[in-house]
Amino acid sequence: MAEPMKIRASMSGDTAEVKCLMNHPMETGLRKDAKTGALVPALHITNVTATVNGKVVLDAQWGGGISKNPYLAFKVKGAKKGDKVVVNWVDNTGDKNTAEAAIG
Amino acid sequence: MNILRRNVLKGAGAASAVSVAMVAGLLKPGTVFAAEWNKAVFESKDLGSVMGSVGGAGAAAGDINVKAPDIAENGAVVPVEITSNIAGTDTIIIIGEKNTQPMLAEFKLSNGAQGYISTRIKMGATSNVRALVKAGGKTYTAAKEVKVTIGGCGG
Repeated sequence: MAEPMKIRASMSGDTAEVKCLMNHPMETGLRKDAKTGALVPALHITNVTATVNGKVVLDAQWGGGISKNPYLAFKVKGAKKGDKVVVNWVDNTGDKNTAEAAIG
Repeated sequence: MNILRRNVLKGAGAASAVSVAMVAGLLKPGTVFAAEWNKAVFESKDLGSVMGSVGGAGAAAGDINVKAPDIAENGAVVPVEITSNIAGTDTIIIIGEKNTQPMLAEFKLSNGAQGYISTRIKMGATSNVRALVKAGGKTYTAAKEVKVTIGGCGG
């Protein structure tokens, strides 16, 4: 199961910067197991969405080319201190995770 | 036998009420995960077809800053920061030109999200990290070469 992700959001000027760190193996499906030589099946995040106070600010699609335990940062203009940021991801097996934080 | 019976037989052919089904042709798409994962593009191994399908074929050079290390010692983790100074930036796409699967990620930005994405990518070999930025229906591009000493996509 998915481990919790870390999320932090802070204001600088009129723009909020949201940083998150997800826990995910991000297998591309192309890598071979070193011992058996068999392909390791793909297991990676496919969709990431983020909302600020319920409004979608980011809608992303990822392939297996994002590094293991992905890091993502983005900036949202017009957000205010105390606004609620929610980040969701879903992987190719349907596993999902969500995290939220208040902009500080 | 004066019994008269009147049987009014209604024809079976009387118009049966055909209820006009209101076939609503508009199915409301899901709102949160708006886009279905684009498997064809993400699993494509051909840079040309990826560029074509994401609209990057005729992209003009734009004011986009792709920040990445000159040399990545470990191709499995290459920090990349993309800043678009183009007004109205609504999509940022990251492509690793020599990766087995070049399409890395697509970010759609809305409701005040700035043209800025920072993340970490895998790179199989020394190549350009290419950013495609869509703004106002046009596509712009910029790239930065990253030398990779140990590939991150092998096994």
